[in-house]
Amino acid sequence: MTKENDNKQIELNRGLAQMLKGGVIMDVTTSEQAKIAEEAGACAVMALERIPADIRAAGGVSRMSDPAMIKSIQDTVSIPVMAKCRIGHFVEAKILQAIEIDYIDESEVLSPADDVYHINKRAFKVPFVCGARDLGEALRRISEGAAMIRTKGEPGTGDVVQAVRHMRRMNAGIAKLAALREDELFEAAKKLEVPYDLVAYVHEHKRLPVVNFAAGGVATPADAALMMQLGADGVFVGSGIFKSGDPAKRAAAIVQAVTNYQDAELLAKVSANLGEAMVGINADEIELIMEERGK
Amino acid sequence: MKELTIAVLAVQGAFREHEDMLRRLGCTPHEIRERADWDACPHWDGLILPGGESTVQGKLLHELHLFEPIRQAIRDGLPVFATCAGLILLAEHLADDETVHLGTLPVTVRRNAYGRQLGSFSQNIDCGPVKDYPAIFIRAPYIEQVSAKVTPLAAIDNHIVAARYQNQIGLAFHPELTDDTRIHEAFLDLAKKE
Repeated sequence: MTKENDNKQIELNRGLAQMLKGGVIMDVTTSEQAKIAEEAGACAVMALERIPADIRAAGGVSRMSDPAMIKSIQDTVSIPVMAKCRIGHFVEAKILQAIEIDYIDESEVLSPADDVYHINKRAFKVPFVCGARDLGEALRRISEGAAMIRTKGEPGTGDVVQAVRHMRRMNAGIAKLAALREDELFEAAKKLEVPYDLVAYVHEHKRLPVVNFAAGGVATPADAALMMQLGADGVFVGSGIFKSGDPAKRAAAIVQAVTNYQDAELLAKVSANLGEAMVGINADEIELIMEERGK
Repeated sequence: MKELTIAVLAVQGAFREHEDMLRRLGCTPHEIRERADWDACPHWDGLILPGGESTVQGKLLHELHLFEPIRQAIRDGLPVFATCAGLILLAEHLADDETVHLGTLPVTVRRNAYGRQLGSFSQNIDCGPVKDYPAIFIRAPYIEQVSAKVTPLAAIDNHIVAARYQNQIGLAFHPELTDDTRIHEAFLDLAKKE
């Protein structure tokens, strides 16, 4: 790709993430679930064979989903369809691009394929979202070509504490850069291990150059609203919906909570009678820490 | 002169970008997230329906009790400016889809007309009096058919991508993602006149 085409593609890919803002992206494992998610108001779905809670329970190596399964979901819904590939597994990413996926999540939920290198996402036409725990990780992923960022959280736990920690760290990192003098930005870039241009962008605009969603452990409308109040542009809900008692109702409630995250009366109304939430497991009780994957 | 009161539907999607554009043009936007926001002003001068996912926005319009008052205001002549998902909300018909949202604009719109994200593109186009405008199309729809009273404003390969009907302007692309304010200026001029 020429430089100009490259920039145009980045603009289009960041633009799609902008259209997803204020929305909820839901994990689905079948076309039936995808239909339920779309009808409940999901702005996109993440197609995967097993949701993070089940990946955790099953153990073993977790890989990209079967393209046939992803295609059946693409054929079912009209909203964007995302899918996950392993960190560093650029061939899985090529396969997902070949089936015209709308967004690839280079995800720590799956077993990493490379413990050093992330995918060179600039070499792809299709956009990527990546997880980050702080500003440095986010800017490294963006410099590799990610068009959207999400907190890592701790997937499959139903425990929101890590997502909260990552979002607060991100905000603190941005506030710190914004407060620096211009001649201090070079040293900041060195410390963060990221390119100077991205540091200068964050300093000037006081935000990331891409959309930043919350993910990992969101299970209730209140969790979703909490993440929005902490500055998320939108929310991914993985295990929290289809591991709960009444998925359609809970999904619709989380959608409303993300739109009106500051209206406590409305949050009270949509939080009522949702049935059982996913059981969940405290993030400090688990052995497999997914957030440690890919820094 | 009294400042224009422009409402921006803010239930989902790229509403902040429209708001930034309005601020650059010296106009304070008003976010509409629920019924109380809409009822806060007895007379709006204009309404912007942003890009996003039309299925989500359409559903939330009903759940938040915004659907009826907004549809009635548009029928009563409220200037409305709709981009991408917004155009789908306005359309009287959708191709191969029974869904109708506000249904105030007498056109047939095809959703995801250029396919999935790999079909997204940008291209400079002439849009009515605005020449050489950098139009960004993201999983974009186009207008397949228009009734006789609708004025097409822009087309690509014989497909209409912008149209005006009385107080309603619908675009398949995203002027809010550019630095070019000309189309927003044209809408504010319309809002002033009405």
